[in-house]
Amino acid sequence: MTESRVLPRKDLIAVLIFAALILLVLPLALEPFRLNLVGKYLTYGFVGLGLVLCWGDAGILSLGQGIFFGLGGYCMAMFLKLEASTPEATKIQSTPGIPDFMDWNQLTALPWFWRPFHSLAFTIAAVPLVPALLAFVIGLAMFKRRVGGTYFAIITQAIAAILTILIIGQQGYTGGVNGITDLRTLLGWDIRTDHAKLVLYFVSGGLLIACLLAAQLVRRSKLGRILVAMREREDRVRFSGYDVANFKIFVFCVAAALAGIGGAMFTLQVGFMSPSFVGIVPSIELVIFAAVGGRTSLLGALYGTLLVNWAKTTFSEDLPQLWLFAMGALFIAVVVAFPNGLAGLVQDSLAPVLARLRPQRAELRPTAPTVVDAAEQGGVR
Amino acid sequence: MFMGYSFGDLGSILAMQGFAGLVLFSVFVLMALGLAIIFGQMGVINMAHGEFMILGAYVTYLCSRLFAAYLPGAFAFYFFLAIILAFCASGLLGMAVEWALIRHLYKRPLDTLLATWGLSLILQQVYRSVFGAREVGVELPGWMMGSTHLSEQIEIPINGLIVMALTTLITLAVYLLIFRAGWGRQVRAVTQNRAMASAVGIDTERVDRLTYGLGCGIAGIAGSAFTMIGSTSPTAGQLYIVDTFLVVVFGGAQSLIGTIASAFTISQARSTMEFFLSGSMAQVLVLLSVVGILMLRPQGLFVLKVRR
Repeated sequence: MTESRVLPRKDLIAVLIFAALILLVLPLALEPFRLNLVGKYLTYGFVGLGLVLCWGDAGILSLGQGIFFGLGGYCMAMFLKLEASTPEATKIQSTPGIPDFMDWNQLTALPWFWRPFHSLAFTIAAVPLVPALLAFVIGLAMFKRRVGGTYFAIITQAIAAILTILIIGQQGYTGGVNGITDLRTLLGWDIRTDHAKLVLYFVSGGLLIACLLAAQLVRRSKLGRILVAMREREDRVRFSGYDVANFKIFVFCVAAALAGIGGAMFTLQVGFMSPSFVGIVPSIELVIFAAVGGRTSLLGALYGTLLVNWAKTTFSEDLPQLWLFAMGALFIAVVVAFPNGLAGLVQDSLAPVLARLRPQRAELRPTAPTVVDAAEQGGVR
Repeated sequence: MFMGYSFGDLGSILAMQGFAGLVLFSVFVLMALGLAIIFGQMGVINMAHGEFMILGAYVTYLCSRLFAAYLPGAFAFYFFLAIILAFCASGLLGMAVEWALIRHLYKRPLDTLLATWGLSLILQQVYRSVFGAREVGVELPGWMMGSTHLSEQIEIPINGLIVMALTTLITLAVYLLIFRAGWGRQVRAVTQNRAMASAVGIDTERVDRLTYGLGCGIAGIAGSAFTMIGSTSPTAGQLYIVDTFLVVVFGGAQSLIGTIASAFTISQARSTMEFFLSGSMAQVLVLLSVVGILMLRPQGLFVLKVRR
């Protein structure tokens, strides 16, 4: 393979097909309510991209992506809530000008960490940076001490639990179990109308494709190869003179920032943020979305997220009892039988067919080293 | 936060909260013992452990209903049968799960986590379909209720005492099984060096299956004990799973003594703080300090040398 371009033609076509699907086909085919749902699923796609980099490539399974999704979402929600709580709109409160749940909890002044969120610029910066900062602290503490694998998974899970308990416990500062609700406008622009939701859907889809391309860049660079090498044989990478911990911290921070962006877009489209998107259960679900689509394929993770969520909505509307059975069986089947998810399935069944259709290009086709089933070789730890 | 309490009051508060902590400790130990055996020996993360516990709780509930309906004369003693049945039910289910699911995933420990999570979803829905979504409580026989007075201010509930006695008994039995019996020697051999154990003729697959069954069975007993201090709902197991994992990791994954010590530390710290702070803040503080200590000492409190 002597491809010198950043994106080889095959990948470019795949990205274009995906872009056409979410930016053209779905908006034309679906009614506004359904499209808004798809927009919600797309925000989980951001987390999926991060998980492919972090888990699929580098082999770090984080069960705390909900933390970062939630932090990004809360940053955006705090800004919107402050905008909705003008002194005029809240003049019936005993302290006008602060969010309603603070007033209910006898707070008389805005807490210090809410103040910067009056500014949209600060909020937009905080959405990826706050999650990345927390990921940096966690990563620094864990990876420098060579904590990895199952221990890392359990500790991220514990942190997700801590954050949820904290948010629910500190009602006055966070809105408690209901979360931050009743969000209305973004710089005076009403986000609750159908038109606004359509615009937000396109913003979300466009951002997702930009993030997809960025993640693709990371994967195709030398850095991406080091990540895969770390997954396969961490000690050999270390012996070659690379500081493994720094690469792990970097990719964990990138995954966190992506999740944060997803959370912010989620808040904008759904109109509220609550601790039920932060805890252990949503965090594991996010991992499952990526696993079903294929942990080593960016587009696979996105399709997987869309499909699982679509199935979840359809099933739980019609057959709520069956949904948990189906979901559980799906997890088990994917993990046991298809560790590479849908992407692996497509790769195995479609690639030979395509190769036969275009025999003159068959010898140019790379063997796709990243899709090799590392798990079968006992590589994923 | 100590304002307004006299010295004697503080003493009895500490004693009573300490006792509440001991009961919590007992349930933790029963949960964590099974988890530690499974995690320590096989490296498998069993996310469905809470659901195995709840299975034990539901078996106990069924037992109490059956005794109340058909054998009211023997109702006082149904609990002993319930414990045995809970152990068998959870243990057998565990062995079946190991055979059908876990043994295919030994080389991929992170994937066992996802697969057992799927299993836990299925089990939760099974419980919900069979027993309903509402919490069920077990009626305790008369001799298990009430409390004894140690002094005027210190009250000790009897069901707590029974839970503690049960825990001591099970822990002793596990200790004897693992450290004194021939089968335990095989388990320890597999834990320390799987390849060599297999080379000297130990049937590692059989040991794995029985160990997984034993771990799940102990979870069933934990569920049985759990019915005495709380009510059972399909999702109750999930509330305990993270705490239990932290107990196991904090104690050092391969060390049973470490597991007991860390269960003691965590439960005592939590219940003592719970009296002075709100429950959620106590939990946050304890979890935070455990995570902090684990970052400084990732291998846990007690370490057993293991060849991987």
